Amino acid sequence: MSALFEAHNLSRRFGRVQALDHAEFDVGAGEVVALIGDNGAGKSTLVKALTGNLDIDEGEILFEGSPIHFTTPHDASEVGIEVVHQDLALAPHLDSAENMFLGRELMRPGILGKLGFMDNSAMRQKAAVAFSELGSAVRSVVVPVGAMSGGQKQSVAIARSVAWANKVLFLDEPTAALGVVQTKNVLETIKKVRDRGLAVVLISHSMPHVLEVADRVQVLRLGRRVATYRAADTSVEELVGAMTGALDKKEGAA
Amino acid sequence: MTTTSTPPQTIETTASHDGLLERIKSMQSVWILGVLVVIVAVFGALSPTTFLTAGNITNIAQNVSIWAVLAVGMTFVIITSGIDLSVGSVLVVSSVVAAKSMDAMGGQGWSTALIGLVLAVIVGLGWGILNGFLVAKAKVPPLIVTLGTLSVALGIAQIITGGLDIRAAPDVLQDNIGYGRLAGIPAITIIALIVVVVGGIVLHRTRFGRYTYAIGSNEVSARRVGINVDRKLIQIYALSGLLAGFAGILSLAQYGTTTIAGQSLTNLNVIAAVVIGGTSIFGGQGSMFGSMVGLFIPAVLQSGFVIIGVSPYWQTVAVGTILIAAVYVDQQRRAAATRGKGVSTA
Repeated sequence: MSALFEAHNLSRRFGRVQALDHAEFDVGAGEVVALIGDNGAGKSTLVKALTGNLDIDEGEILFEGSPIHFTTPHDASEVGIEVVHQDLALAPHLDSAENMFLGRELMRPGILGKLGFMDNSAMRQKAAVAFSELGSAVRSVVVPVGAMSGGQKQSVAIARSVAWANKVLFLDEPTAALGVVQTKNVLETIKKVRDRGLAVVLISHSMPHVLEVADRVQVLRLGRRVATYRAADTSVEELVGAMTGALDKKEGAA
Repeated sequence: MTTTSTPPQTIETTASHDGLLERIKSMQSVWILGVLVVIVAVFGALSPTTFLTAGNITNIAQNVSIWAVLAVGMTFVIITSGIDLSVGSVLVVSSVVAAKSMDAMGGQGWSTALIGLVLAVIVGLGWGILNGFLVAKAKVPPLIVTLGTLSVALGIAQIITGGLDIRAAPDVLQDNIGYGRLAGIPAITIIALIVVVVGGIVLHRTRFGRYTYAIGSNEVSARRVGINVDRKLIQIYALSGLLAGFAGILSLAQYGTTTIAGQSLTNLNVIAAVVIGGTSIFGGQGSMFGSMVGLFIPAVLQSGFVIIGVSPYWQTVAVGTILIAAVYVDQQRRAAATRGKGVSTA
């Protein structure tokens, strides 16, 4: 499978800390790639560098085979790359429909739209459809997100990213704060999104979840990719070994 | 609520009749409106023949008109979790520049008045842009920026005038705007009402308003979705400055003179009104309607105390108390909402 989104030789220093050290990354369309690594391995830095949230010192990022450079997260959004951040990045005083369409409001047709008037009912309808398609726990699109449960907030953040991503979806620890049922929902959502032909990148500490949904697992350690496994051929023990450095094999220096 | 699969119909897309009522009840501005109604009822009962007369009500409306114009901009600013302490000084410096220029031009006609209006608005806009630039680009906290411009603007007004008020409002301005009436309603009140209604529509119905809430609610997420937060903040402070400049010309029309020494508490009174009306100083929350209710409470108290013969100094005591009580209630509601109580059926 040719890579839809890939990065080579990515490096980034913060003072004396080499957060990314010639890291490699690739994900193909219709594929779920899990990105795992111990704390400080560079997972979040890599995701930030790939999505326009962080400048890189060296290396190149290729999107659909050609080099691309994102200055802001918005640039990444424009080509269909969305991120579900660990902190969710929702506006608590706005409702779920308003959050979903924030920055991409649907405007009223004609002169009213030109004057800045929004089409709230259309946004609510579309948001409701998006939530129900994902089997989301959200029951109302007119309740402020701040008054929702953790699982509902999570599903708003995921639904928002899924709605706008049409090439690559990044999820940073999407199940960390969730219960059993909600976690299952998130994993199902990941599969649905992959089946639509998107590339999905999952960052997680939960090895069972990773093995359940991922097609491939890329292991980061000390800012570089130390191993890539096919999920079907690996085990929790092998992944933990690669994360901690107990066993180094497969593209050790790549 | 316990089913696991969710057909589309079960997601609420509009506030149903019941829900709407609940939503309204949960709004700070509605509780405060209740307080206002009670105050009016008490004064009305104590002094029905003087307090509840058309003349007195018109008088109250006229008294809040200029503050209402300032409160429109302040509501936008506070919703972004900012503050604008400079509105009173910007009003003064705008009216000084306008009065000085109109004086120099001479003439009591509309052309002079129009020049004054344009100058006042431009001066106000300039101060607003400066505030916004310092807040958004230089990243100086809004409290400090506007405390600084409060001082600088007032100082410049005093330098221009030597500290003496300028009595120079063209007759047309005073006769038509200051004392003029339309169907018995003061012209200045009608003008303020138009500003308030347009401000309310922009805040609650347009994308500009939505972004104002988003910035105050979570600035980082606003930036991540591609909102140009810096530019929006500059625009919002510019709006507040522009309205302060406009209030400057209205003030000239109403009083016939610049009010250099008379605006030192205007900023705090307007902020108090906006906050009493349910706009959160932490941002993300508030309404234009609430700010207007918050404006009327001090004005009604003032008028009522005078009429029933209580020392009007009690008004400031009462307003201060209501301010603290209103924010206390607001905090309690907020705490309840974070605990999730606000979700259940509301």
